[in-house]
Amino acid sequence: MNGNVKYPYLRRTEKQDSCSAVRLMRLRGLMRKEAYQIIRDPSSIGIAFLLPLVLLLIFGYGVSLDAKDVPVGIVVENPSSQTESFTAAFSGSPYFDPMTFGNIQDAEQAVKERKIIAIVWLREGFGRDLLSASAAPISVIINGVDANNARIIEGYIQGVWVTWLEQYAASTGQIQKIPVSLEQRIWYNPEVRSRNFLVPGLIAIIMTLIGALLTSMVVAREWERGTMEALMVTPVSVRDILLGKLIPYFILGMGGMALSVAMAVWLFDVPLRGSFLVLFGASALFLVVALSLGLLISTAAKNQFLAGQAAIISTFLPAFMLSGFIFYIGSMPIPIQWFTHIVAARYFVSILQTVFLAGNVWPVILANCAALVIMAVIFLTLVRRRTRKRLE
Amino acid sequence: MMTMWRRIIALTIKEFLALVKDRRSRTVLIVPPIIQLIIFGYAATFDLHDVPYAVYNEDRGVASRELLAAIEGSEAFRPVDYLEKDSQVAPIIDNKGATMVVHFGPEFTKDLLLKRPTELQVIVDGRDSNTALVVLGYLRSILIKFNEQWNIAHGERPPAARLNIRAWFNQNLESRWFIVPGVVGLLTLVVTTLVTALSVAREREAGTFDQLLVTPFRPVEILLGKTLPGLVIGVIEASIIILIAILWFNVPLRGSLAALYCGLFLFLLSTIGVGLAISSIAVTQQQGLLGAFLFIVPSIILSGFATPIANMPPLVQDITLINPMRYFLIILRSVFLEGANVSRLWPNYWPMALIGIINLTIASMLFRRRLY
Repeated sequence: MNGNVKYPYLRRTEKQDSCSAVRLMRLRGLMRKEAYQIIRDPSSIGIAFLLPLVLLLIFGYGVSLDAKDVPVGIVVENPSSQTESFTAAFSGSPYFDPMTFGNIQDAEQAVKERKIIAIVWLREGFGRDLLSASAAPISVIINGVDANNARIIEGYIQGVWVTWLEQYAASTGQIQKIPVSLEQRIWYNPEVRSRNFLVPGLIAIIMTLIGALLTSMVVAREWERGTMEALMVTPVSVRDILLGKLIPYFILGMGGMALSVAMAVWLFDVPLRGSFLVLFGASALFLVVALSLGLLISTAAKNQFLAGQAAIISTFLPAFMLSGFIFYIGSMPIPIQWFTHIVAARYFVSILQTVFLAGNVWPVILANCAALVIMAVIFLTLVRRRTRKRLE
Repeated sequence: MMTMWRRIIALTIKEFLALVKDRRSRTVLIVPPIIQLIIFGYAATFDLHDVPYAVYNEDRGVASRELLAAIEGSEAFRPVDYLEKDSQVAPIIDNKGATMVVHFGPEFTKDLLLKRPTELQVIVDGRDSNTALVVLGYLRSILIKFNEQWNIAHGERPPAARLNIRAWFNQNLESRWFIVPGVVGLLTLVVTTLVTALSVAREREAGTFDQLLVTPFRPVEILLGKTLPGLVIGVIEASIIILIAILWFNVPLRGSLAALYCGLFLFLLSTIGVGLAISSIAVTQQQGLLGAFLFIVPSIILSGFATPIANMPPLVQDITLINPMRYFLIILRSVFLEGANVSRLWPNYWPMALIGIINLTIASMLFRRRLY
């Protein structure tokens, strides 16, 4: 049936078909051009593979919140068997590296010179006070400059103190009554390896960086070199130009992601309790957000210097500070908690920590993925709107 | 000599114009760092507030109520739910509904009144293990106080010894006092590295570098012309941030400004050295940016900015010795909080000076090689 004449709209369909074939060809051409550019300037490949490698190694080994061998000064003014047992409790603890000082002045000087972080000071009358009805005071001085570390060390000192109290009571034939003791269970990370929670968070930071660095300069570069104008006179549509830029970098970024996950699991021994598929899906989603944010910066800046600055300032630093990677979001002031909602890394950090340590917890994963989808749509729409085939 | 300086100054002015003339570059240099300081100053804290927790109380006696009141009274915790049965515990932690579940067994009060030691069971979400540890620390302090009061109220002997803990330099252990001086160092590092790392590559891409080469400038002069703007911008930027730290965040400045600026100057020299070295290697701005990144990020991580250097493995601790940021952070925090002066900070000045000289020498060698 030669329906093409009878049904003109069929011809239209045919034309549309050939159109989409042409489109596909053009898109392929664009992607090939981008691929050549990637291969010829190795810095893109460096960003995708070298950056995660170096950063994970540095972060993985460099970032730890587990204090150990804390240098602590011990001042005993009147040595006796009781003070002996107390200092022995410190030497026996894996958390402390005790140093003895003859008097408090020397110890205070050592704190000022940063040789020790804390002083435990047993005064002259310690032995006598122990036997009296009231509690014998033990003075502890901590260098509070690093407040978080100081608080952790404070906890360790309390731990040593409680253990010693029990021992001391037992040695004098009494029973130290501790009415309520704490039975703590830390789920998902029972041995509290800070690496287990830092490495998944790190992957999110690194992917943010890769996404933004890869694309933030590519459109700006075309504007700066004047090749954008050349692209404009070709029949490719704006959408194809953008897709032609997104797809190659997406593939590159996923390669970087795979490398990071492999390092997390095999090098850093972080357990992967969720499914690989969920991890893959969430990463792909996040990468789209990160790449489109980079594209948005690039289209807005039109200048590589600006784009580079903006990429670092608007992606890496917020991802580092506002994603819940190190600092707990719930403790931030309310306006800043709102602000963290526009930091895409926040959602990805939450997904990664859950998928790695807890498993496929759907309510957490779906809620965070939904937020990422919304961000992807917003960024892509903004990019699409801001890129026009027009000279200003 | 005179003409040399005149030429260098002319080049410096040109660099400045290139940065300041463009409204957007100007804004990028000034506005984001300030906004970041403000946001990070508030966000970057390890102190906990309003951590959501759920209560699973099978006891409902006097003692559990008393202990719960103590937990509720703490600013660190905020109750979100009261659980009725065992099976509710796992989902609320899994779904991040609560960070902690406090569980009292059915015999809690009875055991206590019969003077039998008992337990408070706590389940914490370890996905963020730092928060988990801090939460447990807060809870332990509450429990120690509760135990003491319980013993007194029920005629038990007090413990044989008691801890009097005092913190120096930062009595209330406010992490903001630790982080904000660190952010001064962080932003100074980021801005100066970026300004210098992209400076040559930008000229090269724009083609103006060839023009520079046919002028009577010597390589050293070009190098100095690129160094000075970084130095001036760094000093101005850091000064603004220091002012905000003092006036807005009320971080005490107890030491001497001379000690602070001495450190700043040496720190800028060493980072500019790295920036220029990157700049002379990088052919495109993207390469420059990658190079800047590979320098900035490790510098921050291995500086003790957020996590203590003492916690790193020994080998990594040795690596931090070549990181200028490490020394600058110590100087910033010592001057701000510990009231340090120039003479006490010598051990931190000379390594930075050494690193600065080495970096600038390498930069000028690389630079010269690029020119000929």
